[in-house]
Amino acid sequence: MNNIFVICEMDEGKVADVSLELLTKGRSLANTLKCQLEALVLGHKLTGVEKEIFPYGADVVHIGDDACLAPYTTLPHAAVINGLFKVEKPQIGLLGATTMGRDLGPRVSSALYSGLTADCTALEIGDHEDKKAKKVYKDLLYQIRPAFGGNIVATIINPDCRPQMATVREGVMKKEIYSASHKGVVKKIDVGQFVKPEHLVVKVIERHMEKSRVNIKNSSIIVSGGYGMGSKENFQVLYELAEVLGAEVGASRAAVDAGYADHDRQVGQTGITVRPKLYIACGISGQIQHTAGMEESAMVIAINNDPMAPINKMADYVITGDVMETIPKLIKFYKKNSK
Amino acid sequence: MGLKIIVLAKQVPDTRNVGKDAMKADGTVNRAALAAIFNPEDLNALEQALRLKDKYKGTTVTLLTMGPGRAADIIREGLFRGADDGYLLSDRAFAGSDTLATSYTLSCAIKKIKDFDLIIAGRQAIDGDTAQVGPQVAEKLNLPQVTYVEEVLKAEKGKITIKRRLERGVETVEAPLPSVITVNSSAPSCRPRAAKLLMKYKHARTMSERQSQAEDYIDLSADRPYLNIQEWSVNDVETDAQWLGLTGSPTKVKTIENVVFQAKESKILTASDKEIDELVKELMLNHTIG
Ligand SMILES: Cc1cc2nc3c(=O)[nH]c(=O)nc-3n(C[C@H](O)[C@H](O)[C@H](O)COP(=O)(O)OP(=O)(O)OC[C@H]3O[C@@H](n4cnc5c(N)ncnc54)[C@H](O)[C@@H]3O)c2cc1C
Ligand SMILES: Nc1ncnc2c1ncn2[C@@H]1O[C@H](COP(=O)(O)O)[C@@H](O)[C@H]1O
Repeated sequence: MNNIFVICEMDEGKVADVSLELLTKGRSLANTLKCQLEALVLGHKLTGVEKEIFPYGADVVHIGDDACLAPYTTLPHAAVINGLFKVEKPQIGLLGATTMGRDLGPRVSSALYSGLTADCTALEIGDHEDKKAKKVYKDLLYQIRPAFGGNIVATIINPDCRPQMATVREGVMKKEIYSASHKGVVKKIDVGQFVKPEHLVVKVIERHMEKSRVNIKNSSIIVSGGYGMGSKENFQVLYELAEVLGAEVGASRAAVDAGYADHDRQVGQTGITVRPKLYIACGISGQIQHTAGMEESAMVIAINNDPMAPINKMADYVITGDVMETIPKLIKFYKKNSK
Repeated sequence: MGLKIIVLAKQVPDTRNVGKDAMKADGTVNRAALAAIFNPEDLNALEQALRLKDKYKGTTVTLLTMGPGRAADIIREGLFRGADDGYLLSDRAFAGSDTLATSYTLSCAIKKIKDFDLIIAGRQAIDGDTAQVGPQVAEKLNLPQVTYVEEVLKAEKGKITIKRRLERGVETVEAPLPSVITVNSSAPSCRPRAAKLLMKYKHARTMSERQSQAEDYIDLSADRPYLNIQEWSVNDVETDAQWLGLTGSPTKVKTIENVVFQAKESKILTASDKEIDELVKELMLNHTIG
């Protein structure tokens, strides 16, 4: 009772990364709150899914395995979760800020009348004093997120309603195995108890999935280009540098909007959050919406012809110069020195 | 067969064009420095509605917006582009609503409008980027929902066929009518204002706007009822006060911080051969690269 629930999502037959990241976060929150961490997986043909989940620290895995739960549609999933949550009364419910999580989360929060905070970038436990009502709330979930186009950071709380729900984007939390030998309890959900014919009115007629082409999230070095690269052709030197360094190419939104790079390379608040060993920002000014997605990089090199560019403030190395002059030199000297 | 469509549209501060004066010295948002605009994805939503109107004779498009008095601009903007009418929900009792209280209030207004086949919202509003109100309205009305819509392919025989965008792919789904759908920015953008409609609706006003007009204002709405923008206060819609506004909002803002960076101590280099060479050597030595 009053545990932390992570609603897990399946991606091509495996538990999605974002769900494992949330389990990692959920585990540490559960340790702080001294409660249990429970995972909830809904879908079809889920045999053995608990084996993927237990190492991330779940004490209980609820599994709802039924043909009506895949492919995903809103109503049957919401019906099962609403029903289960009414019995289990979790204090916290976490979902990925994916197309599924952002479709399902609000539906559930509306039915249970619980607050939901979208796209959190940090989750912490803390107290709150309501001075007017002279009431102190212990151990609330602080749901921290950028707001107003990233210009402010707000801490949101739900003092009175449970569960306290939040969505988090992929890559924002770290994924970490809690213990490879950790084991918990599997609880099978009787799906038929919750899903009624009226929940099955939306039908998926066709689904066409594209394989993700780039994987910048897991790359230890990222060479990222901004609007200052000047053109799609100039972006080519970034691919060359990435090639010699064994890196991936990222981009700012301005570069993506200008057509220099594809959207799946976008780093930042509305793109991907990355934390590589090395981030090389080329012709990127460093607006907060961009830096929100790369500020945890272990080392940052900024190449910018403006010595006052905001990105320089967070860089370990600032190269004040033209990108089209500097990047070829990096390639040249890397080749020379690695011989 | 004509459809009755309700489009949910919100007036939002233009957070995409945040200038230097957008933040006050004390770290709070200077709303006055931000233009109020039609939420971009709500324009995509309106376009989908207008396309259905083009396609199915007899279709009507009604806008519904909740906000302060000046949000009547949203209704006018919609009329200029082809909507048939609109309602402004405006009352102090609605102030401070989070997404749940907003969707409750909107759903009560929709129940009062009563006769509809399809509700179209934008995916998300740029002031909060939450994408919650659409699904929450659907739940409150006990209707199916389809989010991330890119195109309504058809709406016939009590069913709607929709193409929706997933993170990595597209999906075609079929839903019964009535339903709630939310439209993505990747859907076609909205048509511009039509000159003819601009002339027709230029003087469309809410009651409160009419009352605050200058004395020489000539009110034509008696002869031309389409110039009257319906305005509903808390008294016009059946609601339960405990679910409204601040009281009805489970989420509270505890603190707000302006974003400030701690500058790192950085090494400043030029792009000279010597300095780049040394940098590369240093990075290789400490195993950052290579
Ligand atoms: C709600 C919202 C969400 C957003 N989400 C994101 C996001 O996820 N990711 C993101 O990146 N942005 C995002 N943005 C946009 C963000 O605010 C910035 O507009 C964007 O990051 C700027 O990209 P940029 O640095 O490439 O371009 P600019 O700001 O135009 O900067 C270009 C830089 O290149 C330098 N430069 C120019 N020419 C050269 C040259 N020849 N050599 C070297 N340097 C040169 C300039 O000095 C400048 O610093 C978002 C904005 C909003 C409102
Ligand atoms: N105050 C409002 N009035 C009318 N529609 C709204 C309002 N708030 C939100 N919506 C609708 O709900 C969508 C999602 O909003 P949000 O959940 O705030 O991101 C918007 O794109 C609008 O279509």
